Amino acid sequence: MPLRKKPFRLSVWQRRSLKGLIHLFALGYIAWLFFAGVTDQLGPDPVNTLINETGIWAIHFLLLTLALSPLAKWLPSPEPMQFRRMIGVYTFVYAFAHLLTYIVFELQLDMALVASEIVSRPYIIVGMAALLLLFALTATSFKRIQRNMGRKWQKLHNSIYLILPLALLHFSWSQKTFWQEPIWYWMIGLILMSPRMKQWYVTYQKKSQKKSRDKNAVA
Amino acid sequence: MPKPFKPSVKLTDNDVTNEGVYMNRRSLLKSMGFVGASTLLAKSAGAAGWFWEDDEEKEAFKGKALEFSQPPKFQITETRTPEDKVTSYNNFYEFGTSKDAPAKNANEFQTNPWTLKVDGMVKNPIELDYDALTKRFPLEERIYRLRCVEAWSMVVPWIGFELGALLKQADPLMSAKYVAFETLYDPEQMPGQRSRFTGGGIDYPYVEGLRLDEAMHPLTLMSVGLYGKTLPPQNGAPIRLVVPWKYGFKSIKSIVRIRLTDKKPPTTWNRLAANEYGFYANVNPNVSHPRWSQASERRITTGGLLARNRIDTQMFNGYSEVAPLYKDMDLSRYY
Repeated sequence: MPLRKKPFRLSVWQRRSLKGLIHLFALGYIAWLFFAGVTDQLGPDPVNTLINETGIWAIHFLLLTLALSPLAKWLPSPEPMQFRRMIGVYTFVYAFAHLLTYIVFELQLDMALVASEIVSRPYIIVGMAALLLLFALTATSFKRIQRNMGRKWQKLHNSIYLILPLALLHFSWSQKTFWQEPIWYWMIGLILMSPRMKQWYVTYQKKSQKKSRDKNAVA
Repeated sequence: MPKPFKPSVKLTDNDVTNEGVYMNRRSLLKSMGFVGASTLLAKSAGAAGWFWEDDEEKEAFKGKALEFSQPPKFQITETRTPEDKVTSYNNFYEFGTSKDAPAKNANEFQTNPWTLKVDGMVKNPIELDYDALTKRFPLEERIYRLRCVEAWSMVVPWIGFELGALLKQADPLMSAKYVAFETLYDPEQMPGQRSRFTGGGIDYPYVEGLRLDEAMHPLTLMSVGLYGKTLPPQNGAPIRLVVPWKYGFKSIKSIVRIRLTDKKPPTTWNRLAANEYGFYANVNPNVSHPRWSQASERRITTGGLLARNRIDTQMFNGYSEVAPLYKDMDLSRYY
């Protein structure tokens, strides 16, 4: 049920300031993380803190990206969609910083070790797959490319629904036991996906009904 | 000549608030029935959480100074991990699964009174009370490397006594082959034991085990302190095991029972994921954890992100004197 009848709108000024604030937070936080890390203000093990923070915020941004279209329907308002691309791109920025931290500060550029770890550790392979997909989405996020790609663009960008379980699996798998923080993120992810899964199910049923009707018609 | 210091307010011993009263001031206020005052306190604790939290941190654990000798053999020259890092970066799932949770949640953990039982296959079962833990055996400072299975390491000046000395007093029977250890089970005090969401879904109490010859090895330490003082709760107060040639999870914390047995005892992490954590868990750069390499480690000392602190992991964490214990064993099979 939509919250209100009339669509909710922001003024141009409001939209711009909100975007400015998001940029300020996303860029400011990551800049602060690296600065505090270099100056040894990130707790007992700065590398561990930096890896955890960039990873968890990549997931926060990812969940936020996926929350925007349900939010738009619920309000209702076209406004949330205006923010989806930028938050999606920050998902990639944080995920990429996460990988860089792992290679540069955790494994400290021991490239033989980097190579063998990336190839032989399943949870890292899963995380890499999510990151590569995120990269593809980011690289095709320019308006011009979107127009040129036509219907293929939407198909490619539907892979966000694959990125979510891959990223969460990577998160869960990196922990020493199952019952940890990631559980909450799986729950939120499931809540965000439930209206879409319902929609997919309805479309699937309609399609198969149509198919059987067509068959009957032929017979 | 400098003027002698004269305090403007003269206080005597009589003016000092009894420490017990100070520590329990909030519960005292509440119990006195000042409903108004206590609701006020509860409210401001929520609204101005920052201020109260700061106050709590100042109250953070202060260890009691211990008396100990410093045998030169164990005064190694490697850079020590600073005390505040040793006491704020802990795996102690009884108090939460994140590294900073134990330091926050174990603050009020009661370790006095305490009873440590040594029983099972022994001629002379022993019970140590809180005072006996630090007084029954002469204490030594030993600077050991601590290698976590998560591929980070620290250098810690522990204070304690050899487990062997304690076991000798208990006098194991000829049939005893293993030593089983058990952490306190007290869900009221240990939030991780109350809920699997805070405790990582481990079966509590935490249990560990050693072969008797490993337990009797002179390197195996029962630690009651670090950096000259009694152990902070997050580091396993009042008494914990330290086995420096094994991954950190073998060094069980806050021990209440040591039992000698003729069967290999179950161990917590092995029970949870046998393919990842073996009974022996000797530090071994050649056997990787299924999810990460154990060939190198990051040594936590000082310096920020740019500190090049990744070093090669040494066999038995560099304590090669224990190698004879595993002479004819295939250590990739018995990891």
